Amino acid sequence: MVAVRIIPCLDVKEGNVVKGIHFENLRFAGDPVEHAQFYSNEGADELVFLDISATIEGRKTMIDVVRKVAEVVFIPLTVGGGIRSIQDIENLLKAGADKVSINTAAVKNPSLIKEGAKKFGSQCIVVAIDGKKISENKWEVYIESGKTPTGIDVVEWSKKMEDYGAGEILLTSIDMDGTQEGYDVELTRKVAESVNIPVIASGGAGKLEHLLEVIKNGKASAVLLASILHFRKLTISTIKKFLKEKGVIVRI
Amino acid sequence: MVGIINYGAGNIYSVLMGVKIFGKEAVVIETPEMVKKVEIIILPGVGAFEDGMRNLKERSISEAIVEEIERGKPFLGICLGFQLLFPRSEEGNSPGFNILKGKVKKFEFKKKEFRIPHMGWNKVKFIKEEKLFEKIPDETFFYFAHSYYPVPEDENIIAGITDYGVKFSSVVRKDNIVGVQFHPEKSGNYGLTFFKNFLEGKWLL
Repeated sequence: MVAVRIIPCLDVKEGNVVKGIHFENLRFAGDPVEHAQFYSNEGADELVFLDISATIEGRKTMIDVVRKVAEVVFIPLTVGGGIRSIQDIENLLKAGADKVSINTAAVKNPSLIKEGAKKFGSQCIVVAIDGKKISENKWEVYIESGKTPTGIDVVEWSKKMEDYGAGEILLTSIDMDGTQEGYDVELTRKVAESVNIPVIASGGAGKLEHLLEVIKNGKASAVLLASILHFRKLTISTIKKFLKEKGVIVRI
Repeated sequence: MVGIINYGAGNIYSVLMGVKIFGKEAVVIETPEMVKKVEIIILPGVGAFEDGMRNLKERSISEAIVEEIERGKPFLGICLGFQLLFPRSEEGNSPGFNILKGKVKKFEFKKKEFRIPHMGWNKVKFIKEEKLFEKIPDETFFYFAHSYYPVPEDENIIAGITDYGVKFSSVVRKDNIVGVQFHPEKSGNYGLTFFKNFLEGKWLL
């Protein structure tokens, strides 16, 4: 059986990791290669780089970042943020990314997902969905970094993206993100039960039990983690050890 | 010199880096002349069977690959590059290289426990002793990303198997031909060890 994946997510701005790894008295400099190597050595199953650059130059820098990371880190690498065209996807894959994560552009131009999956294969197209609860059992898709509501239902959207050829869904709960109070397990399960492709849960992890809950009850195939890892509140090895003890298959 | 065949989309940069890390000279190639010139051929692969085969034909390199394999040149097919060795796939109507007998089947499951694509790290059980596996423990996790899996007719060539609802051949070796369904270039240190073993060529002796 395939192992549940633990995936650190790093924000990159104009070529530098922001809000990166912090030890008590030591802060890593913003070098993406250093961060990627650290997590790869610690046992990360994949890495996600989220480009939050505000400029065109910043976006171009991301290509170099990917290339430098791919030269020394040999685990799967996903890049998200600002991807709008087939050319954007191709540039990143050529530089050494394995997958791209597409959020806003998927809503604005769903054919990008269809074309991307056809040209590069479903396995490299991740559709990122930011969902916000609007009523009992109902979640709405938000775009533009969670700022703009779309009126689209998250579950329906997930199914549509699977039909269009997405290979994975990266699902973030806007309500829980940053709270460290646990995942929106209900949302994760609803989506995971509606599609056959893997679902990566994101937003809300604060302790080990949260991870177990979203994997067991939420049916997540992977979990995406950011500040909880960067601030060393949890480490990948502690997480994996805990999950293994609880009967979850992990790669150790 | 190692030739890594470029036939369209996908991340071949990691394969190139994974080979170069051992000080091996490696180039990305896309012509039949280069296929003939290099000493070792790696056919990486992400994407679809039909598109892959079409791209290889358009670049007139499919014949050169078959010829060189038949002449005994060491060959490694990764993921789709492995599946293309078979005569056909359930993924489309294009014929493959027809170098290995068998077929390529689609994963089909009733239970949602097994999602498609088979995406992530899974164990490879070694069922044959192979120099390719030197310094790699049995049942090591490797990285997979695929929806189709190869079913070789000749069971004697199967060197490693992986269980994902169905037990499938994740490593085969026949003479100078090696096929792996996982991605060594994305499987961390053990993936690199696999590359090293392949490049050193002790498995050929």
